[in-house]
Amino acid sequence: MKETSPLNLYKLLPQTNCKKCGEETCMAFAAGLIARTRKVEECTPLIDEKKYAKKLDGLRTTVAPELKMIYVGVGERQVKVGGEDVMYRHQMTFFNKPPFAYDVADNMEEAKLIERVKKITTWRKFYIGKWQGVEMIAVRSVTDDPAKFAACVKTVMANGDGFPLILCSFNPAVLKAGLEVAAKEKPLIYAANKDNWKEVAQLAYDYKVPVTLSVPFDLDGLKSMAVTFSSMGLTDLVLDPGTAPNGKMLQQTLLNFINLRRAAVEEAQRDIAYPVMVLPINAWLTTDDPVRAAYWESVLTAAFVIRGGAIMIKHSLEPHSMMPDMHLRFNIYTDPRTPVQVKPGIYKVGNPGPESPVFLTTNFALTYYTVESDVASNNIDAYIIAINTDGIGVQASVAGGQLTPAKILDSFNEAGFDWAGQKYPAMVLPGMAAKFSGELEDLFAGKAKIMVGPEDSGRIIGWMKDFWPPK
Amino acid sequence: MAEKITLSDLNKTLTEMNVQSLEGLKIEGDVEIDLDIGAGGVGPLFAYYFGEQAAKIAMQLMEFAKAVGYPVQNLMQPVAVAQAIAPAPAEIAAAAEAVPAFKIASALASAKFSVGVDKTWKHPIQEVTLGATKADGGSRGHVVKLGGEKAMPFFPDAEMPHAPKITMDVFDMPIGMAKAVKMHYEDVINSPGEWAKKAVKEFGADMVTVHLISTDPLLKDTPAQEAVKTVEEVLQAVDVPICIGGSGNPDKDPVVLSKAAEVCQGERVLIASANLNMDWEKIGKACVDNGHVCLAWTQLEINSQKELNRKLMKVAGVPRESIVMDPTTAALAYGLDFAYSNMERIRLGALKGDDELTFPMSSGTTNAWGVRESWMVRSPNKDDSDWGDRMLRGPIWEILTGYSLAMAGVDIFMMMHPTAVAYLHEITQSLMGRIEAKTPDANAWLKMGV
Repeated sequence: MKETSPLNLYKLLPQTNCKKCGEETCMAFAAGLIARTRKVEECTPLIDEKKYAKKLDGLRTTVAPELKMIYVGVGERQVKVGGEDVMYRHQMTFFNKPPFAYDVADNMEEAKLIERVKKITTWRKFYIGKWQGVEMIAVRSVTDDPAKFAACVKTVMANGDGFPLILCSFNPAVLKAGLEVAAKEKPLIYAANKDNWKEVAQLAYDYKVPVTLSVPFDLDGLKSMAVTFSSMGLTDLVLDPGTAPNGKMLQQTLLNFINLRRAAVEEAQRDIAYPVMVLPINAWLTTDDPVRAAYWESVLTAAFVIRGGAIMIKHSLEPHSMMPDMHLRFNIYTDPRTPVQVKPGIYKVGNPGPESPVFLTTNFALTYYTVESDVASNNIDAYIIAINTDGIGVQASVAGGQLTPAKILDSFNEAGFDWAGQKYPAMVLPGMAAKFSGELEDLFAGKAKIMVGPEDSGRIIGWMKDFWPPK
Repeated sequence: MAEKITLSDLNKTLTEMNVQSLEGLKIEGDVEIDLDIGAGGVGPLFAYYFGEQAAKIAMQLMEFAKAVGYPVQNLMQPVAVAQAIAPAPAEIAAAAEAVPAFKIASALASAKFSVGVDKTWKHPIQEVTLGATKADGGSRGHVVKLGGEKAMPFFPDAEMPHAPKITMDVFDMPIGMAKAVKMHYEDVINSPGEWAKKAVKEFGADMVTVHLISTDPLLKDTPAQEAVKTVEEVLQAVDVPICIGGSGNPDKDPVVLSKAAEVCQGERVLIASANLNMDWEKIGKACVDNGHVCLAWTQLEINSQKELNRKLMKVAGVPRESIVMDPTTAALAYGLDFAYSNMERIRLGALKGDDELTFPMSSGTTNAWGVRESWMVRSPNKDDSDWGDRMLRGPIWEILTGYSLAMAGVDIFMMMHPTAVAYLHEITQSLMGRIEAKTPDANAWLKMGV
C-alpha cells in the first residue's frame, strides 16, 4: 500500500460511523488500515451491503500490499509469504518474516528421514516471551523417481505435524506424484523453469497450489515467466532469481534482490511484485567442511533476511547456525512501531509465597522475559518486579539514570507490595546494579534486606543454591 | 480394399491431387484404420505423429468438401455461437465468465526488467583518513580510508570506494573473555605489543585498537602519564593505523585520551571516544591540536548523534574530515533491531543531505560476546533445544552482529575473534565483487547428497 493518508481510504468507507468494527469513527478505521492493524473485512457493512461493492473493490485494490502476499499450507501452521510494503524496516515495519524451510530428500532411508523431520518440527528456542521455531519442510527429489518421491512426501506428512511443504523437483511427473499425496495441504511447488513451465503451470492449475518460477540470474527471463503465468490466471507465485553462494555471482544475487524489492515497493511494478525465494542451502555446494558450510549458510541467510528474501530453503540444523539465524530474523522483523516493553509492576512466576524471593529487573521486554524464563524454567517460585525504565535494560539504565534507588522504592510502594507478609523480606538486585545496594538499605530502613544477585539471570539457579533463603 | 496404404501415403496422394479434379469420387465400404502398435504400446511420439497425419488428411478432405460446395464452415463454428442462439440463464453465463477456462500460453511472453536508482541520494559520505605515513609526518606503513559512499552499502546505485575495515581489540591489562576468544590471546595477554602484532600478522587486522581500561578508577586507576606508554609500545610493534580507547569512565577518559593524543601527535589515530555525558570538548580539542580523528559516540539515538557531531564541529572545532560516529552496537539478540535501524536511518539521512550525519560509522562488534547465547555452555531454559558447542556458537554471533551492521552502513568494525574477522572480511569483499570463485550450478542443490 502506497497510500499514507487515512482521508483517501475514508473516501472508500461507508462514512456512517456505525462503530460495528469497534472504532468510534470510519476515519479511525481508515487510520487502522494505513497502519495495517485493521483488515478490510472487519468493516462488515462494506462487505455485506451490495451498494458498497464498488467502494469495496477500490479499497481492496488500494490496501493490497505492494509486494503480493501468498499463503502456503493450511490450518494454524499456514504461512504468509511476502506482503511487504517498505524497503527499509524503519519506514513502517516488515510484516511477514521469511519462513525457513529445512530440507529432506527422497533418497533418505526411512528412519533417518523421520528423525530429521522430527528434529525440524520440534526445534525451539525461547526469546522475548515467545517460542521461535521452524515453519516449513522442503522435500527434494534426488532420485527423480515419482513413486519414491510420493512415498517420501507421505512419510514427511505422517510425521511432519502439519508443517507446510515445498515440493522440489524440475520433473513434472515427480511434482505430480507429490501433489497427488499432498495437494490438499496446499504445498508450494518448486519449480517451473524455461523447459517445463507448461507442464508445471498445468499442475499449479489442476491442484490449485502456489508455484515457484525459477529463472536464475536473468531478471528479463524471470519477468517474462511471471507475466506469462499471470496471463494464464496463475498469480500465487514465488520468484527464484537464483542464489549464488560465492564469488562475483553472489554480488549479482544481492543486486537482483535489491532491484526486485525496489521494483515492487518503490516503483509499484505489479507484474514482478511477487515474493522472492532464497536458497542459503547452496552454501553446502561450496565446501566439504560442515562448520564452514553452516557459517556461510548463516551469512547468506542474514544478507537476504535484511534485503528482501521472502522464503528460504535451508539445510543446517546445527544450533550454531539455527540460533543466530532465528534471532537475526526475529530482530529484523520486530515491529519498530511498538516499543518492546512490558507493563511495570510485580509479576508472579510459579506459585510464590511468603518464602519466595523478589527479583528486580527493568521493563525492557528482552530483559524481563529473559529473567522470567530463567526463573520459570528452573521451577523457582518467585516475584519479579519490573521497574519502569522506559524500556531500557539494566546496564544502560543504571548508567543512564533511568534506574535509581529512589525509583525502586517508589515502584514497590506503587505496587503495594506486602513486605510484612514475607518470611524473608528481601529483594534481589541484578549484579549490574550492585552499586545501589547501600543506598537502598538506607531507603528501605530495615523493611527489606537488599541482596546482590548474579550479573546474568542465567545464573540465578546457582545463586539460589548458595544464597536463598537468606541467613 | 486389396491394397494397403499408410497414412502418410494417403496424405501424400491427396496433396498431389488437385481436389477440383476429384469429381465423381466415391468412398465405398467401411474405412478401417488398423494401427500396428507392435510390442511397445502406443508411445507418445507415435501418437503425436499419427495425430499430425490424421489432421493433415482431415484438412485435405475439408478443402475437398469446400471445393465441391459443401458448407464446411458451419461445422467449424465455435460453441459460443450456439449459446448466442439459445442464451443460458444469466447467472450461469456470469459464472462461466468469472472462471475463464484455463489455457496454457503457447509461448513465454517477452518482457524486460528494469528499475531505477534512488534519486534522493545526492550527498556523499565524508571521506576520513586514519593513520599517517612518514610523508605526512607519522610513522605508519600505510593509511586506512573510510567513507566516500554515495549509496547504501552493496547497492547497485554506486560503487563503494572503500571496503569496510576491521580494527582488532588489544587491552592494556588482562580482562575476562569468553573461552572461544581467550584461547587465541592467552600467549599475548600480558603484552599489548605482542598482542597487536598477532592481530595484524596472524589475523589480518587492518588496524588495532588499544583500550586503556586499566585507567578505570575502579580497576587499576593507572595514571594517564603511565597508561600512554602502552600506546607507544603498540605504535612500535605494528605499523598499521591505530585507535585508542579509554576505560569508559566519563571523568577519567578526557584526561587519558588527551594525553594519548599528545603522545601520538602526527599519527592521525582514532580517539575513542567523545560522548555527550563527559567533557567532549576537551577530547575534541585534543584531536584538533594533534591532528587526530574523533570518534563521536552516542547511545542508539539519532538526534543525540546529530547534537554531538554539531557540538564537536562548532564548539570544539573538529573538521568534518576528522569525525567518525559510533551510534552504539546492540548485539544480535540483545537489541540489534535498535542498532540496525538507528544506523540505517543515520546513513539514509546522510545520503539525503543531512550534513550533521554524513560521517563514516564504527561498530563495537565485540559486544556480541556479551550476549549469553554467544558464550554460555548451555541454555538456562530447560525447554530450549540443545544449544550445541559454544566454541562454534560464539564466532558466528560476532560475524552476524557485524555483518548485519555492515548492511546498515558501518565502515569500521572493532572485533576480537579471528574467525569472525575472516568471515566478515570475506563476505564484504564478496559483495563488492572482489572475490573470484566458481559458482556452483544453480540447480545442483536439488540433488545434492549431503
